[in-house]
Amino acid sequence: MNERTQKVRMICIVCPMGCELEAVKKEGTTEIISIEGFRCPKGKEYANREIADPRRVLMTVINVKGGHLPIVSVKTAKPIPKQILVYAVRAVSKIKVDAPINAGDIIINNLLGTGIPVVATNNVGKTD
Amino acid sequence: MKKHSTDVLVLGAGAAGLAAASKAKQLDAKNVVLLDEKEDFGGILPQCIHPGFGLQYYREDLTGPEFAIRLYEKTKSLGVKIYNSTYAMELLAQDDRRIVRAVGPEGVIEFRPKTVIFSTGARESHAFEIGIVGYRPIGVYTAGQAQTMMDLYGVMPGENVAIIGSGDVGLIMARRLALQGADVKAVIELLPYPGGLARNIQQCLIDFGIQLCLSHKATRILGKRRVRGITVIRVDENLREIEGTEFEVSCDTVIVSAGLIPRVELLERAGARMDPATRSVVVNELLETSILGVYAAGNALVINDLVDYAAIQGERAATSAVEYIRNKGSPPVDWKPVTKGRNIRFIVPHYVSGHRDVSFYGRVMQPEEEVHIKIPEIKTELHRIGVKPPEMITFTISKRKFEKLEDNRLTVSIEPVN
Repeated sequence: MNERTQKVRMICIVCPMGCELEAVKKEGTTEIISIEGFRCPKGKEYANREIADPRRVLMTVINVKGGHLPIVSVKTAKPIPKQILVYAVRAVSKIKVDAPINAGDIIINNLLGTGIPVVATNNVGKTD
Repeated sequence: MKKHSTDVLVLGAGAAGLAAASKAKQLDAKNVVLLDEKEDFGGILPQCIHPGFGLQYYREDLTGPEFAIRLYEKTKSLGVKIYNSTYAMELLAQDDRRIVRAVGPEGVIEFRPKTVIFSTGARESHAFEIGIVGYRPIGVYTAGQAQTMMDLYGVMPGENVAIIGSGDVGLIMARRLALQGADVKAVIELLPYPGGLARNIQQCLIDFGIQLCLSHKATRILGKRRVRGITVIRVDENLREIEGTEFEVSCDTVIVSAGLIPRVELLERAGARMDPATRSVVVNELLETSILGVYAAGNALVINDLVDYAAIQGERAATSAVEYIRNKGSPPVDWKPVTKGRNIRFIVPHYVSGHRDVSFYGRVMQPEEEVHIKIPEIKTELHRIGVKPPEMITFTISKRKFEKLEDNRLTVSIEPVN
């Protein structure tokens, strides 16, 4: 059997240390053979996730009507698949909410069918 | 003119200032006043909408606005008096008296504080400070300005963007712009290594396929009315331009991310001793400046990688200020200077007593792998897998370790592991 392997290099984003990780996996699969370069268990976990199902927390801003600021910052409550980030921003950007908004308010219940909500991360008060 | 006596006057309601004001209150300082020039609290935090804040301070991953709200609510609940839209203009210090003049919505206020904490943050270097020539067309912003536009006011600075300098704010804006649909053409960095953290190279550039041009210099901004591009040239290891390597990057927007400079002009004018390496004040382990009863914390003291460090420094300064008030001054101490050894660009604090635990914050000049942070006078060797200029080195030396101190000074250096 001729099983080819593939090296995947990445920088860990868990903390500011920025460990340079190298994973070896079976070519064309997400099956990991080895991971090197991590300095803590979180780094190893990150490399595993990055190959099997890479995800990022999305942050952007949405328009607010009648607020002391024109926009409010939002984030996904959990990381979402990396490849849908750009579509997710487009979907979220279309939304307009009414002031007041409080940090933690749920803006979208289920973002693009991921089951993950989008929440406000700042307070925007009503203009008088 | 209103006159106002206070125990602790904190200048700047960012992470360091909010943490300082609440700590001072928690330590039973009676009258704590916090000033900020802006209408809102939080300093730069409200526009830093990305996660990654508070992993150390709160043991939670928060966005900038969330971190600010949490600190602010604590500060308010503790009864700190907050003046918004109030700008500190002048610090006068003589013997053990301090006066701060500020201007706010109700006019000039004169504060007579027992102690002052400068948590005034930093400003950004702009294009003219890094030797870029050209006209002054529309479309040139610092990274922080672009961030204010996008993430406080919802305005896109442009569609085709070149970023000059690879500091963290620039990298974070590269991602923000790419996410919002802009075409980020390139990030141009003069040095052979990036100015920002490695994790930001991954999640802000590599994730979005944005090109990072190391050892490249932006020489000119093109365009008269609106930016139409920049010229870029490769440089050699001595940062000399390599003839014949010049090219143009067409763009309608240029974002300059060339580093931060502590805002401590008032301290400098009042005669505080300065450190050219940090471009801020010289401090001892209490974060006390050379002006009695005046302290510095956060990015005003040293440009920090993490908000957590700024908040911790704010708390340190507040603890020192409350001790100063209790003891009616600083007790005499035989301060021992901390000197810079091999591959150290700066190290803060500049003086230690040897009588308490001290947290150090520093940066190296050159990237190196497999090193020890060495302090021979206390026989200390701390292993690091690698050091890089963009990554702050931090370590804490316990009081017990200082008992070994034989010399009248400490030398911090980076030495290769042999």
